[in-house]
Amino acid sequence: MFESSNAPRSSGSPSGGSGARLRLFGGGAAAAERRGELALGAVAVGVLAVIGAMAVTVLVKGWPSFAHNGLAWFGSGGDVTSQLGAMINGPKTPGHYVYHFRAWPLIWGTLLTTGMAVLLGMIVSIFAAVFIVEFAPSRVRAVIDPVIRLLAGVPSVVYGLIGILAIAPWVEHNLISRERKRSVEYVVQLTGANVSVATLILTLMIVPIMVAIVVSALETVPRSWIEGSAALGVNRWRTTWRVSLRTVRPAIVAAAVLATARALGEAIMLAMVSGGVPFAPNPLDGTTFFFEPVRTLASTIIAYIDSVEVVPVGQTLYAIGAVLLFSCGLLSLASWAAKQPMKRYGIRA
Amino acid sequence: MSRAPLTASASPPLAPPAGAILAGRRRDRVGSWPLLDRLAFGLCWAVGVGLCVVTLAMVGFMLVKGVSYLSLSLLVTHPNAAPDQARSGGILDPIEGTLLLTAIGIAIAAPLGVAVAVWLSEHKRPAWLARAVESSIEMIAGAPSVLLAFFGLILFARPALAFLSQTSAGGSVFGKSFLTAGAIMSLIALPLVVASTREALTQIPSHAREASYALGKTKVTTIRRVLLPSVRSNIASGMTLGMGRIIGDTAIVVILLGATLRLEGAGATPLLSTLRGTGVTLTSYVLSNSPAGEGNAHEKAYAAAFVLLVLVLVLNVLALRFGSAGTNGGGRWWRRLAWTR
Repeated sequence: MFESSNAPRSSGSPSGGSGARLRLFGGGAAAAERRGELALGAVAVGVLAVIGAMAVTVLVKGWPSFAHNGLAWFGSGGDVTSQLGAMINGPKTPGHYVYHFRAWPLIWGTLLTTGMAVLLGMIVSIFAAVFIVEFAPSRVRAVIDPVIRLLAGVPSVVYGLIGILAIAPWVEHNLISRERKRSVEYVVQLTGANVSVATLILTLMIVPIMVAIVVSALETVPRSWIEGSAALGVNRWRTTWRVSLRTVRPAIVAAAVLATARALGEAIMLAMVSGGVPFAPNPLDGTTFFFEPVRTLASTIIAYIDSVEVVPVGQTLYAIGAVLLFSCGLLSLASWAAKQPMKRYGIRA
Repeated sequence: MSRAPLTASASPPLAPPAGAILAGRRRDRVGSWPLLDRLAFGLCWAVGVGLCVVTLAMVGFMLVKGVSYLSLSLLVTHPNAAPDQARSGGILDPIEGTLLLTAIGIAIAAPLGVAVAVWLSEHKRPAWLARAVESSIEMIAGAPSVLLAFFGLILFARPALAFLSQTSAGGSVFGKSFLTAGAIMSLIALPLVVASTREALTQIPSHAREASYALGKTKVTTIRRVLLPSVRSNIASGMTLGMGRIIGDTAIVVILLGATLRLEGAGATPLLSTLRGTGVTLTSYVLSNSPAGEGNAHEKAYAAAFVLLVLVLVLNVLALRFGSAGTNGGGRWWRRLAWTR
């Protein structure tokens, strides 16, 4: 059919004839094969190139900020807000830019919120995963599965909105006494948007990922191992604790690592509920510590995004981005390493 | 306490239990456990039920707030810049923006993702390249979207890519538009599409491919006619998950879409001007109307967040349907393969 419809065209061309077409087609099968593989490979390599370009660009763009501050970039000293303000109001001619920047309050805020959230999330998610796999009756499980999936799907801005409009005012009115506010009013303003509220909401955001990973690992624990333990008269909790959870330890580490990456990158929710003040909460402050505001690295990018056109501010923000990217790269390496022991058992996490 | 020996004697002593664990479960009463184990058991229940309660409370809270502030007129009017909430208009533009951006993002991510997944599972040559692609996809799945948006800001400000956004009078390229934001959005949806497609492709037994080759089909035909049709529902579920991620993302919208009040077209051509112009989505609308943004209009923020949550819920239900179709379809594609060709 195709031959006949193509005939007028091919007779016009010098090579002409259906024989030539047939030969072309015969050689074409292998050629098409190669073309197909090349095309698909090209797409994959294109994606790789884009991602590689991203890493390089962010590093290159942020380099001046690192170069001017040296290792002190990561240190403490001064107020981040006034340092960035000085950049915005500083000279606009190349060569005279102000670069002075000390990121420690931001780094500390990030470490604090991420660390506490991951620690809390690990405890919650281990118990939740054990509940889902071992103890939940099938009817309860039919509820909790979609609930976890929904928790994972709720946009961070919705978490942030609930945090800042519902939880933060409640915390401010009920948990922070007037005396406590007055005791530190010359240092920092205590509001409902603070490190503990931010950490709690962040925990809620990372729990679904961790639960999902731990549950899928728990389900692949060889049944004979559990049966062996049960046959020795060990009860279900002990069996889970001593056999199943031991087996999936690498998966728990991998879950923690992935959750850390998610918590590091969370910008919007933290920009909304963490107080937005680059203050480094001091654990030595006692209970007040839990009500002190923070600002994380990622939420600083969001807070100053309108000034990204100002060259030194932009370069500082890119430097912050490079730190985040580097940490995320390290974390994905760590999660790969954490998953290796699982392969021995033929368990995929 | 008195029950434990009862059930034990009730089971016939001659017949050994079929599954040791089942028999164990029957005798293994929580009441007989040590105190610490019982505490742990209670903690498991508390955490599980607690998570459900927190989620339901959150959804219920948003439902109450959303229903009380949402109205039909809100959905169909454009937003206005006004100091008080009574005159600041509706959320038509954010809804349009969300739909448009999601469509662009997934339209780029779906073919790219499927192509990458097919290459990774069917060709994978050379091996080092495959591993590099694999780990870069993994890395993008873990990278914060702020970073991706940031990268987009540099990339799309290049003069060569000026056609994607607007160029100011001074000749500098703006870099912010639906097209540029959609392109970066496709990157955050990509890992989900790749993962679910690839997962399904690796589960197809190799004899299905071999049967197709034995019939004289080429690899390309095998992929197009045998492999891809059988993983269709997995592609769909990956796409739904990706769309959910695009809808919920705020950072990219704030950085690369401009997060303006309305959809601001650029140029005269109707559709193209919107695509090249800046805009707003539900997420950025919520952010700018929350106390953290400039708007500070609680009612509008709640209404928009409610619409956002409904969209996410719908996508969740869809993903669940595709997902279950995927798991049940394990045997189905087999039969289809047997009967059609």
